[in-house]
Amino acid sequence: MSTGTTKLDVVVSDVVPVNDLVTRFHFRRRDGELLPTFSGGAHVVVEMRDGERTRLNPYSLMGSPLDTREYTISVRRDDVGRGGSLFMHRSVKPGLEMVISYPVNLFSLDLRAKKHLMLAGGIGITPFMAQTAQLAGEGGNFELHYTCRTASLGTYADVLRERYDRRIRLYHDDREERIELDRLLSTQPLGTHLYVCGPAGMINWVRDRAASLGWPSEAVHFEHFAAPQPGLPFDVTLAVSGKTIRVGEQQSLLEAIEAAGVDPPYLCRGGVCGQCETNVISHDGKFIHNDHWLSEEEHRSGCKIMPCVSRFEGRSLVLER
Amino acid sequence: MAAKTIISRPIYGTLSPQPGKHHLFLADAEGALAIVDMARTAPPGFFDGAEIVFIPGPDGKHVGALEALKPAQFHQAPSFASLLPRLKQTLTNAHMGLRLYLAGTEGLIGQAMQVALEAGIDHTSMQTEHRGSLARRMQCVHCKGITENVTTQPATCAHCGLLLLVRDHYSRRLAAFQGVCINAEDRSEIPPIEEAFP
Repeated sequence: MSTGTTKLDVVVSDVVPVNDLVTRFHFRRRDGELLPTFSGGAHVVVEMRDGERTRLNPYSLMGSPLDTREYTISVRRDDVGRGGSLFMHRSVKPGLEMVISYPVNLFSLDLRAKKHLMLAGGIGITPFMAQTAQLAGEGGNFELHYTCRTASLGTYADVLRERYDRRIRLYHDDREERIELDRLLSTQPLGTHLYVCGPAGMINWVRDRAASLGWPSEAVHFEHFAAPQPGLPFDVTLAVSGKTIRVGEQQSLLEAIEAAGVDPPYLCRGGVCGQCETNVISHDGKFIHNDHWLSEEEHRSGCKIMPCVSRFEGRSLVLER
Repeated sequence: MAAKTIISRPIYGTLSPQPGKHHLFLADAEGALAIVDMARTAPPGFFDGAEIVFIPGPDGKHVGALEALKPAQFHQAPSFASLLPRLKQTLTNAHMGLRLYLAGTEGLIGQAMQVALEAGIDHTSMQTEHRGSLARRMQCVHCKGITENVTTQPATCAHCGLLLLVRDHYSRRLAAFQGVCINAEDRSEIPPIEEAFP
């Protein structure tokens, strides 16, 4: 169960290779109806039935929110990841019937902003595809700075340049082009909101610089899709259902709980939204908290865990749900 | 500090120095003391990038204490209305990184906040501290007129003359509390009038 969302039965209507790493997928409703409305920055959780295993990965919707005949996502292939993106690249073909969640937006535009300053790194461009489309439709004031490794890996850079011209600024790592971040942040008019999506390092850099240059945190928005980190297998007991389950090396705690037939709430599956927060009843061992939701104090207390990204090493762990 | 009764009733904090290079302070009367108190915890050089705009109370106190902080700019004004053009100009030309600090009466904080909201500063990112009089800025919900410095409960609308119950119901858009007729059924009924917001 994904809290507040129901599922959509869709069919893959198109699969388009974008570059060496990225493939785009188009979904339509199986019943031919329009898909639910969404806002720029929303994601869906795609269910992947890979033999015995079900994987659930969140991907940003990148189509225009003004067109709900289809949803589009772009998936960057990760050869050393846990296999979700590889499954998408290898096994998902046009005509395949899939289940996705309703869209959820944890990275929405603040439409009170006088101006929207967007910073994207790599595949972090996808939520901005929808956000720029939304703002362009409303005559919004935005500017997008996009860093990518090489021009050929600048996913949709050409599309964006074509659509928005000088509102898009590109930076290529292989040409040693860097965002002049301090200057950029210091020269924005009052009322600007900042949005950043990309690798964790980029997000941290931008948030740190913005904070020290006096940007209030209310004006700084970020989204990072953290995949659950692999680790040592461990056992966990779920007090309410009385089940004891094993969390595999490549499996997240949330996935193991779901595989055991328990239906916990979730939204982001990336350690940021707080939906899957679970109380720890007892433990003997060490938590490996990978989330951005709980405070440092809560991490130290050992009383709570975010099963979507966090792990455990030790002798015993009992969780409430 | 005012107690929270209903959800729109503003609550204020204690000024604290924020990161950044540009700091704009607006204060009236005893609000100056909130700035002076905050200055004790400010890092060295903090006021080199600060502008203080001050409306002294009738006693004219605290000007010297603020000047002693040596802000980059210090400006005095006789009333909020008189400094409004300057405030708007400052905010129009400002960049992200400007931090706003409001201290003093609710009327000052609310009206300055109203201007700053229009300029694009989120109300939760402004520093506020209530000092001095509890007098309220009140809007009559019947004639829409605004009466400044209301200190009694009930209070008479300066525009239409109705006797109003001063509610805790606050409008950020108007920077005013709502006043609702207290004796609409029988206008001859006059409840005792007490000083409620000294």
